Amino acid sequence: MSTKTQASLIVEKNWCKGCGICVAFCPKNVLEIKDGKVNIKDLESCIECGQCELRCPDFAIYLGGK
Amino acid sequence: MPSQLVKEYFRTENLPHIWCPGCGNGIVTRAIVKAIDNLGLNKDEICVVSGIGCSSRASGYLDFNTVHTTHGRALAFATGIKLAKPNLNVIVITGDGDASAIGGNHLIHAARRNIDITTIVFNNNTYGMTGGQYSPTTPTGDKGTTAPFGNIDTNFDLCELAKAAGATYVSRSTIFTTNMLIKQVENGIKNKGFSFIEALTTCPTYYGRKNRKGEAVDMMVYLKENAINIAAYDKLSEEQREGKFVVGEIYKSNRPEYTEEYQRIIDSFSKGV
Amino acid sequence: MIERNVKLMQGNEACVEAAITAGMKFYAGYPITPSTEIAEISAERLPKVGGKFIQMEDEIASISAVIGASIAGAKSMTATSGPGFSLKQEGIGYAVITETPCVIVNVQRGGPSTGMPTAPGQGDIMQARWGTHGDHSIIALYPWSVKEIYYTTIKAFNLAEKYRTPVILLLDEVIGHMRESIELPNEGEVEIYNRKKPTCLTEEYKPYKVKEGDIVPEMAGFGEGYRFHVTGLVHGETGFPTNNGKIAEELIRRLIGKIEDNKDDIVETDEYLLDDADIAIVAFGSTARAAKSAVDTLREEGIKAGLFRPITIWPLADKPLVELAKKVSRIVVVEMNLGQYYLEVDRVAGKYTKVDRFGRVNGDLITPQEIVDFVKEV
Repeated sequence: MSTKTQASLIVEKNWCKGCGICVAFCPKNVLEIKDGKVNIKDLESCIECGQCELRCPDFAIYLGGK
Repeated sequence: MPSQLVKEYFRTENLPHIWCPGCGNGIVTRAIVKAIDNLGLNKDEICVVSGIGCSSRASGYLDFNTVHTTHGRALAFATGIKLAKPNLNVIVITGDGDASAIGGNHLIHAARRNIDITTIVFNNNTYGMTGGQYSPTTPTGDKGTTAPFGNIDTNFDLCELAKAAGATYVSRSTIFTTNMLIKQVENGIKNKGFSFIEALTTCPTYYGRKNRKGEAVDMMVYLKENAINIAAYDKLSEEQREGKFVVGEIYKSNRPEYTEEYQRIIDSFSKGV
Repeated sequence: MIERNVKLMQGNEACVEAAITAGMKFYAGYPITPSTEIAEISAERLPKVGGKFIQMEDEIASISAVIGASIAGAKSMTATSGPGFSLKQEGIGYAVITETPCVIVNVQRGGPSTGMPTAPGQGDIMQARWGTHGDHSIIALYPWSVKEIYYTTIKAFNLAEKYRTPVILLLDEVIGHMRESIELPNEGEVEIYNRKKPTCLTEEYKPYKVKEGDIVPEMAGFGEGYRFHVTGLVHGETGFPTNNGKIAEELIRRLIGKIEDNKDDIVETDEYLLDDADIAIVAFGSTARAAKSAVDTLREEGIKAGLFRPITIWPLADKPLVELAKKVSRIVVVEMNLGQYYLEVDRVAGKYTKVDRFGRVNGDLITPQEIVDFVKEV
């Protein structure tokens, strides 16, 4: 089993406005809002579906491999 | 560091953008860029023209030939650009007020001419830039700062308007059904003629707050739960359609394209020279 | 021997022929009396020279399409009249702040509003100057004959390109519709100015940076590899919007300065029998034709009159007007309005000599005899 690295899901905190859309629609509950910004709380569960990247209004979260 | 897609197509020095937290405009803008990337178009041959309003600020963030015009006139500017340089892929980014109130006349005539322009309307049902006044797409009964007792206007169905005016590609999607939106923008750009894509987006700050629609996520859930694909929608009874709206490719047709027709006139004079 | 090409032409027709000679490749317009012939002739002529004509859905759309085409790289023009000129103001302001070359012909008629559509008027002098909102400068030219329409139209395009600005061509209904024979220049006989394009590396291009020694920024066309942003918002050298007050002030002052500081190049005036004149009549367009005739009559009666005719209405010919004021004992401004240009003449010349006005707004032309009578009365 491969362990995911930080590079597989990347957050650009400076651009995040903390709307929570990515958190709400993540199918695996990988994300949370912490101190007003998105935070990766469970990278291991990430299935790299890209739903967060598709719906982030701030271009602040994306899959690293692409 | 931004994603490859953002680095390639955005003027990252101008980011982060001016839009409010939870505003859907960024989602639509990214979808447009993703569609352009999927089509593999040359950036030098893309021209993005926008009007005035929140959504129209998108042009300044995009690394193409971009024009941020006057309120409502994006399609008129775009018409001049397309005629002068028909090889450009001209894309218009506009809002519901920009496109259908002050720019309504330009919209119906661009559609009538079937000029090869792809128009994407960011419909958030309100005038966001000026603080939440009711627009031509604010549902009847909803509130705006200029409709404090509820809107008594009947709202436009923009897709029906574009179809009736002569657009040859008409579709609707939402910021929840993002992949559908990307595909529609691709197909709209590929259509040789006037393409009209309505992207239903959200304004949590003004429209949402004024109408007690909840936070950005709640408004997105509303879009998710009430959007019905056209094939399914057609099978619903009038009662079942209540409160729902149709998404998908609503209309496609083939008609002569304006700049090609004009070129035929020019060619008729240069024959034999 | 060089073959001369002499033609009998209507003023509106001369305007289109000159525009094509100047390089016009795009025209967008909306029908309105008395400018419609300019659209009709453009529709006929442009496709034959590889240009494009479009009749837009309204006047605002027309000026918008013209600006769009110019940004894309095509020399562009629109024509209108009174009510249409009011609607064009939105676009004129946009062309000013984005520094987009274009030519706007206004074949004037009686106003305000629908006014007198088929009657002549010269009531748009101030609207040409201040019609669009905000601090700005503008170039407006005013020919008095069919021949001069031809040459000022070419000049309008050249100035638009050179100074990257909208240029307004004010025509009188009677001159737009008048037929006169004119000698058309042969190829190479007229000077044509084209906008200066960048040659730098695409990544180094700053669309609103003025190079040292230049008057305006170099202007790339869309599709030429220089991807840049155009906005009606206040912007810096990069073209992107800013709220920085210092940049705003610099931009507005530069836009005004590029015209007001180059009056020696832009301003053109004409004079008739002013050398020994005691009384100067100031008039433009068709009114200047009556004034010229009035000068002859006054001279026959022993009154030393002369004519001063601004061909450039804006920027104001203040230097020539002051020089004039210093050598005559009286200036009479004659115009088919109630004193719009008079106010400017009085402002700059009033401290040196007495300035009077003779105007009317009933849709009738001012006759030479009326000018003679007025001059004798004052």
